[in-house]
Amino acid sequence: MAKIKPLKIIRERYFKFERFPTTYCPGCGIGNVIQALSRAVDDTGRPRESFSMSVGIGCYGNIGNFLDFDELRLAHGRAPAMATGLKLARPDLNVLCMMGDGDATAIGGNHLIHAARRNIDITAIIMNNHTYGMTGGQYSPTTRLGDYSSTAPYGMVEPSFDICKLVEGAGGTFVARTTTFRMVQTIDIIRRAIEHPGFALVEIESQCPVIYGRMNRWGNAVAMLKKQNELTVTLERARTMSSEELKGKIVVGVLAERIEPEFTAEYYKVIDRAQRSADGA
Amino acid sequence: MPPEKRARLLMGNEACAEGAIAAGVRFFGGYPITPATETAETMAKRLPQVGGVYIQMEDELGSLAAVVGASAGGIKAMTATSSPGFSLMLEAISSAIIGEYPLVVVNVMRLGPGIGNIVASQMDVMQSRWGAHGGLPMIAFCPASVRETFDLTIRAVNWSERLRMPIMLMTDGVVGHMREKIVFPQPDEIEVWNRPLPTGDPAEYQCFDPGEDNIPKIAPFGGQYRVHYNTAVHDHRGVTTMADPKWCDYAVRRLSAKVTAHIEELTDVHTVLMDDAEIAVFAYGPVARAAEASVRQAREMGIKAGLMRTVTLWPFPEKEVRAMAKQVEVIVVPEMNLGQMVLEVERCAGGEAKIESVTRVDSMLITPKQVLDSIVAVAPRRQVPWPR
Repeated sequence: MAKIKPLKIIRERYFKFERFPTTYCPGCGIGNVIQALSRAVDDTGRPRESFSMSVGIGCYGNIGNFLDFDELRLAHGRAPAMATGLKLARPDLNVLCMMGDGDATAIGGNHLIHAARRNIDITAIIMNNHTYGMTGGQYSPTTRLGDYSSTAPYGMVEPSFDICKLVEGAGGTFVARTTTFRMVQTIDIIRRAIEHPGFALVEIESQCPVIYGRMNRWGNAVAMLKKQNELTVTLERARTMSSEELKGKIVVGVLAERIEPEFTAEYYKVIDRAQRSADGA
Repeated sequence: MPPEKRARLLMGNEACAEGAIAAGVRFFGGYPITPATETAETMAKRLPQVGGVYIQMEDELGSLAAVVGASAGGIKAMTATSSPGFSLMLEAISSAIIGEYPLVVVNVMRLGPGIGNIVASQMDVMQSRWGAHGGLPMIAFCPASVRETFDLTIRAVNWSERLRMPIMLMTDGVVGHMREKIVFPQPDEIEVWNRPLPTGDPAEYQCFDPGEDNIPKIAPFGGQYRVHYNTAVHDHRGVTTMADPKWCDYAVRRLSAKVTAHIEELTDVHTVLMDDAEIAVFAYGPVARAAEASVRQAREMGIKAGLMRTVTLWPFPEKEVRAMAKQVEVIVVPEMNLGQMVLEVERCAGGEAKIESVTRVDSMLITPKQVLDSIVAVAPRRQVPWPR
């Protein structure tokens, strides 16, 4: 694990500090996520201009106003599809794909699973705060059963997605979950995800204290983080627990990691083949 | 291309793919749909031969989003679809206007609404103007032949690069599937434009600085210039400006001016026998070919008929139609829809000429006879048509 560098260095390298303070609510998990991300990028030692990010729409989709990587923004849910086009057209780039839970699993769910199926070398960093924060706290596909939201005033009736299972089932070759409480682990996991040659997913369990937390009377950000930590179970411990004991728990760690043919590399082999046969013709 | 391969028998959709490659397109995000699929199939085979990339995405929302990603990487990129897919792509078309992503969307129009029918129509011409939310001026070209499909694909790619915006090629099931002999121009006969690039100090660089010509010099990803594409209303740095009336007004008016400043250059109107015409036919796409035949037949009958064919659907050739309305007594507007561009003709004519809409929505191409019948019916009484 790399040494934790002074925040000032990270801030100067990767942030538009002149834009601070951010537009985010006090206690929001986005700050934790983008700090962990920029530290992970720094730890890879790869040049910063080789990184691009494809972002969704929502609170998390606005990180480009503060975080200074080349940035793609288009429409709600389309970040994995844009990232796919960018990576294929420019295999030299490290492509990050940043989505919230609603962005990634509702409107962009189809793009997410197909990017995973192709095993294209994209690093998807999904911040899961279980709600649509920017529009005022409506329920998302990851809102937990029974929780309140502005559109579930009697409690959430639908079962929720397990994002990691979804992506692993679709063919993602690096799947990990971590939390905003576990910053050191989050930095390390994001770095490993970036270095993984294939589709990598990092789901970061995050807090939305001002909207989701308030509606469910969970207290402030500190209280939410404490609660989050109580529910967290490491992968090693989870292996010793029954499915009944694991209900409602947040299992953290690298849940899947394997090497499979990567789509961009495979497609460029096709280009080589086609160019050779076209020359011969 | 070697000289012996310069003349070929191609369908419009294939000519579209060849035109795109000639214009420098090296990325195609596809999704199968009749009657547009041959463009994707041709690209899947041809692009890897020239070092380019074809990908079949999971839907049309994704295919245009992938095109956007490739375009941001500095690669010329496009997609082709048909009407139901075009409806889905309007999301990204609208966003690409404000994001200022250069890209081309080909719509091989089929009969609607809904899944409709895979036969040809011209039912999406108003959708190409007004379908994308925001209602900003659009640029759309409409070919009448296979060779023109080749040429206009190049033109669409060129304009998308120059103005950094989505350009539409509105073709249809007739032109898309029709096979014609096409003689490819030599590479040095093809004019290729590339997007404007920044040259200044990266530390001072603002990606959405509109410069003097309203076109920001957005750098490809991965270089020393930091780029923030933003499809929310943003300032010259690409930073979202929230609810600031000043920036909202500026964004909408600047993006609009990108098109309106180039109307004369974009306008491409062809006339046949218009010099002394008293009755004009205004048409576009394959209907104009039928209309040309009917105009010539009308002349043989002693009726002073002429044709105005527009290649540029949008921006609409207002000046030309206004002048035509002052010259002629009647303008016949045949279309394979319930009468869409006729509304534009009416607007520009401003009551100076009588407007006659001719429509056909039974999936068949408008015939010369159908247009001729309309010309004869509206011919001034002093011109007694010769018996046929």
